[in-house]
Amino acid sequence: MTVRDVFTGVRWYLREVSGESAYDRYVEHRRRDHPDEPVLSRRAFERARQDEREARPQARCC
Amino acid sequence: MRTKSIAIWSAVAIVGAVAWGVIALVRGESISAAWLIAAAVCSYAIAYRFYARFIQYRVLGADRNRATPAERLDNDRDFQPTDRRVLFGHHFAAIAGAGPLVGPVLAAQMGYLPGTIWIIVGVIFAGAVQDMVVLFFSMRRDGKSLGQMARDEIGPVGGVAALVAVLSIMVILLAVLALVVVNALANSPWGTFSIAMTIPIALFMGFYLRVIRPGRVLETSLIGVVLLLIVIAAGGWVQDSSLADAFTLEPETLVFCLIAYGFVASVLPVWMLLAPRDYLSTFMKIGTIVLLAIGILVTLPVMENEAVTKFASNGEGPVFAGSLFPFVFITIACGALSGFHSLIASGTTPKLIEKETQVRFIGYGAMLMESFVAVMAIIAASIIDPGIYFAVNSPAGVTGGTVETASQFVNGLGFAITPDALQAAATAVEEESIISKTGGAPTFALGVSEIFAGVTNGGKAFWYHFAIMFEALFILTTVDAGTRVGRFMLQDTLGNVYKPFRQVSWKPGVWLCSAIIVGAWGYFLYVGVTDPLGGINQLFPLFGIANQLLAAIALTLCTVLLIKHGKLKWAWVTGIPLAWDAVVTLTASYQKVFSADPKLGFFAQRDRFQDAIAAGEVLPPAKNLDDMNAVVTNSTVDGVLAAFFALLIIVVILDATRICIKAIRSREPLPTSEVPAQESKLEAPDGLLDRKPELVA
Repeated sequence: MTVRDVFTGVRWYLREVSGESAYDRYVEHRRRDHPDEPVLSRRAFERARQDEREARPQARCC
Repeated sequence: MRTKSIAIWSAVAIVGAVAWGVIALVRGESISAAWLIAAAVCSYAIAYRFYARFIQYRVLGADRNRATPAERLDNDRDFQPTDRRVLFGHHFAAIAGAGPLVGPVLAAQMGYLPGTIWIIVGVIFAGAVQDMVVLFFSMRRDGKSLGQMARDEIGPVGGVAALVAVLSIMVILLAVLALVVVNALANSPWGTFSIAMTIPIALFMGFYLRVIRPGRVLETSLIGVVLLLIVIAAGGWVQDSSLADAFTLEPETLVFCLIAYGFVASVLPVWMLLAPRDYLSTFMKIGTIVLLAIGILVTLPVMENEAVTKFASNGEGPVFAGSLFPFVFITIACGALSGFHSLIASGTTPKLIEKETQVRFIGYGAMLMESFVAVMAIIAASIIDPGIYFAVNSPAGVTGGTVETASQFVNGLGFAITPDALQAAATAVEEESIISKTGGAPTFALGVSEIFAGVTNGGKAFWYHFAIMFEALFILTTVDAGTRVGRFMLQDTLGNVYKPFRQVSWKPGVWLCSAIIVGAWGYFLYVGVTDPLGGINQLFPLFGIANQLLAAIALTLCTVLLIKHGKLKWAWVTGIPLAWDAVVTLTASYQKVFSADPKLGFFAQRDRFQDAIAAGEVLPPAKNLDDMNAVVTNSTVDGVLAAFFALLIIVVILDATRICIKAIRSREPLPTSEVPAQESKLEAPDGLLDRKPELVA
């Protein structure tokens, strides 16, 4: 394992955990499964994703 | 098992056994905190490798080839197969909170040994088992919540009891956590300034993430963390400036600030305040925990606390009343067994898990981490001078609030400390006073500053306020998130009566329900802050009882399900922790309700103060008749709650016993709400270190 691998791994992990990579996954998914349909812009996608949290509050523990 | 692995596990077992031997047997000389770490890590490793594996395959029958809800119902939203390491991070962030930092600190009044044993043994046989089994059963039911499962599998009585338990624990939890913050910030301009500044920082991050750079969470969080460190440092400057007065707040004022904050934060859009705050507190939380572990290993501090103090047996400790059994278990709560986790384990996590065989890593593993945090907290509380510990953690009513009176009181307890030493401890962290800063956070912060200052060679005051900030930050996030969750449950319940309540967009309903929840915890918070006997002293046992009650409900459900699935012979796996938890919780409630000792029993306390009022006397620590009346009212409310919690447990267990007997007698297995098996087509490894078939990055 090189330093580069570690860096890539950490970056991958942080992007996944923080949800930063959600949009990339969404775009990939749309291209693959619905190639003819339009893809949301990042702004619109993130907005919808944030507003969705409104309806599903996630408890934080004690 | 191969020879190599036998050799490795034997070594782990030997190191663990030696560490336990040192902790338990060495008396009269101080031991290094490293022994506690070694005992914990070796025990966890063995438990994870052997016991958790046994539960996963033999008891639960987790099946790698059975599709999970994330695979079957994948909709790219709430159901979505998620990498196990990422899900572990989410799950841990959701279960980790202030509880394992506060409980062990308070439990240190009985010495470090009882607390440490329970944190480690409790998590292995109760806490982690509960988290994992609940996660498994919820996963087999498409991610149903604890309340729904209790209703489906036990019956309406169990379901209602679970709902009531969840709502009441939420209220007590939020009040106690908010109380921790109030006690840490009262009359501390540095702390108050730093925490107040987190609000504009979070608002800025929210705006940045929404408008300027949508979705760039990492960059936003980095900016947030840098700003946070700046305001912590700036706090020291504010403290010495003319602004200091504006941020020097009385506890009562802070209560109203927190109540107002709680209400506003819970009705604002999530993106504005909660989401950015959540990122900030999660990164701070994980970062600090990692730093603390490194700090302990680098500085190898020595335990100053006694292994077992006399308060373990005589039950007369000033921090909380009652003897080792049952109160050490009630007080540690979350670090060893937390009922609250069953809500997370039956919430989002089961909908995201890729493989059934990952429940050990995610459910059991994340709880082991949480327990490790609790071990670090008890270390932090035990490396400071016990004299300082008791001066900080005893209620103001008994310490008198000044260094002279506090020193006198602590010397009276049998721990030597001079007024000068108390003043020096406060000066070292640039605080006016550390006397009676109850609630655990300041003690934890003192320990952390000791450890970190050892690494960075100074900067104690910065690290103290860093630790206070870290704890207050995620408590406030919990307050915000918890109020929302409580509001949703209330909206859902009221929706049965009047439909519009269920709509998230119906503002009057949102405001009303938020106000009710905030009002409920706000009441207990206010009572806690103004209680002449000390709020933490009075309320923390109630919080512990409520949490362990919820654990009892979760473990009952698990046991019922094991029996219903025809696994009577394995029912002890959750049955024994359930029996233990029920005995602990019921004994604690019984003592809190019926004990004739006014320090312990709420009603005995009430009678004592009521009689004194009738005789026209004022009993210390009450200063006047108003204080006396406050004690009478508070004791009554607390006593009724303790009795109510005990009643809930009894009802749930009786109702569950009925179902168990029915299941055992029945020739056919009783119907359960388990979703029929479907074959899995997904490839994914089970544990942290197992190779993944495809490339990860």
